[in-house]
Amino acid sequence: MLSTNTVVKVGIAQMDVVKTPNTIRTSGLGSCVGVVLYDETKKIAGLVHIMLPDSSLGKTSTLNAAKFADTGIEALIEKLKMEGAQQYRLKAKIAGGAQMFQFTTDNDTMRIGPRNVEAVKNELKKYGIPIVAENTGGNSGRTIEFNPETSLLNIRTVNAGVCDI
Amino acid sequence: MKISTMHLDILKEIGNIGAAHAATSLSGLLGKKIDMRVPNVEMVSFTDMMELAGSSEKVVVGIYLRIEGDVEGSMFFVLPIEQANRFIRRLIHDEQFDFSNNPVSEIGLSAMQELGNILSGSYLSALSDFTGLKIYPSVPGLSVDMFGAIVSIGLIEISQVSDSVIVINTSIFEDELGDFEEVQGSFFLLPSPDSFITLFRTLGVD
Repeated sequence: MLSTNTVVKVGIAQMDVVKTPNTIRTSGLGSCVGVVLYDETKKIAGLVHIMLPDSSLGKTSTLNAAKFADTGIEALIEKLKMEGAQQYRLKAKIAGGAQMFQFTTDNDTMRIGPRNVEAVKNELKKYGIPIVAENTGGNSGRTIEFNPETSLLNIRTVNAGVCDI
Repeated sequence: MKISTMHLDILKEIGNIGAAHAATSLSGLLGKKIDMRVPNVEMVSFTDMMELAGSSEKVVVGIYLRIEGDVEGSMFFVLPIEQANRFIRRLIHDEQFDFSNNPVSEIGLSAMQELGNILSGSYLSALSDFTGLKIYPSVPGLSVDMFGAIVSIGLIEISQVSDSVIVINTSIFEDELGDFEEVQGSFFLLPSPDSFITLFRTLGVD
């Protein structure tokens, strides 16, 4: 049988949801964090590409929820529920939060990767969503793709190889 | 703030002056004729910015400097791997040098960092002379990685106040190789939103 799987691409500060047999992907994660939430029973998964730890940092007139850890995860949970996922069944896999450049500076922007990861973990804890696997930190960029059929997150890097978590 | 054609022209002129000085520096370093493209200034979404080098996954050699002073923001100098190899091989007289090696030789990395420093320094000092504004670049950082992963660090700060970015994009290339994407070294100047107001005021356009 011919399969007609599509790969749904998620840009920076964006989010989306897919159902099997489709997969969902975001590329060029640096200090940003890719958060995948999935419901194994329904085989539905959502991905949000987060840039900043907290929406209180935002000073724009309109809020792009997907940009921040707190509002992004909340909005993704709502979107998944609308597609039929059950919140109590949601699990998470996360990747990203690298420090692409090594500077000896106290500038907060340079430490944004670890801060994003920490904020994502706190937020998931708040909703009681377990983190099944993570590939965070380091200093490599990542491209990630999640397959709701297998619940595997494929991670590609330039300098640190490829793996499934 | 509304961006008019006149604003865009000023930003293009900034890119023009900066890249022309950087091209002259590079030409002196390599003993080769270096050309530049007409600057491109656009307001793009973050997602489009990540794709400006063709694809956010494209592996490039990237130099990043933070800018502080009267003008703040980020500056990137991005080279395709093959072109970075050409420059560094010529600079360190080592035909075997390759950024695709793992690990990359220290002397090559250090030469690349210095090259980025000199070129970005020429660009920014020309900008400073032209405007009379104080511009203090940080020590340059070097990364060989996906374009999107590299350039996103410049978007982080802007993302707190905006959902799009104005980028001044200028490319330089070796005259003998011609004007092709695969051989261009690109400067991306991303001033912070506040800095645009400073730049325009200084140059007499409100």
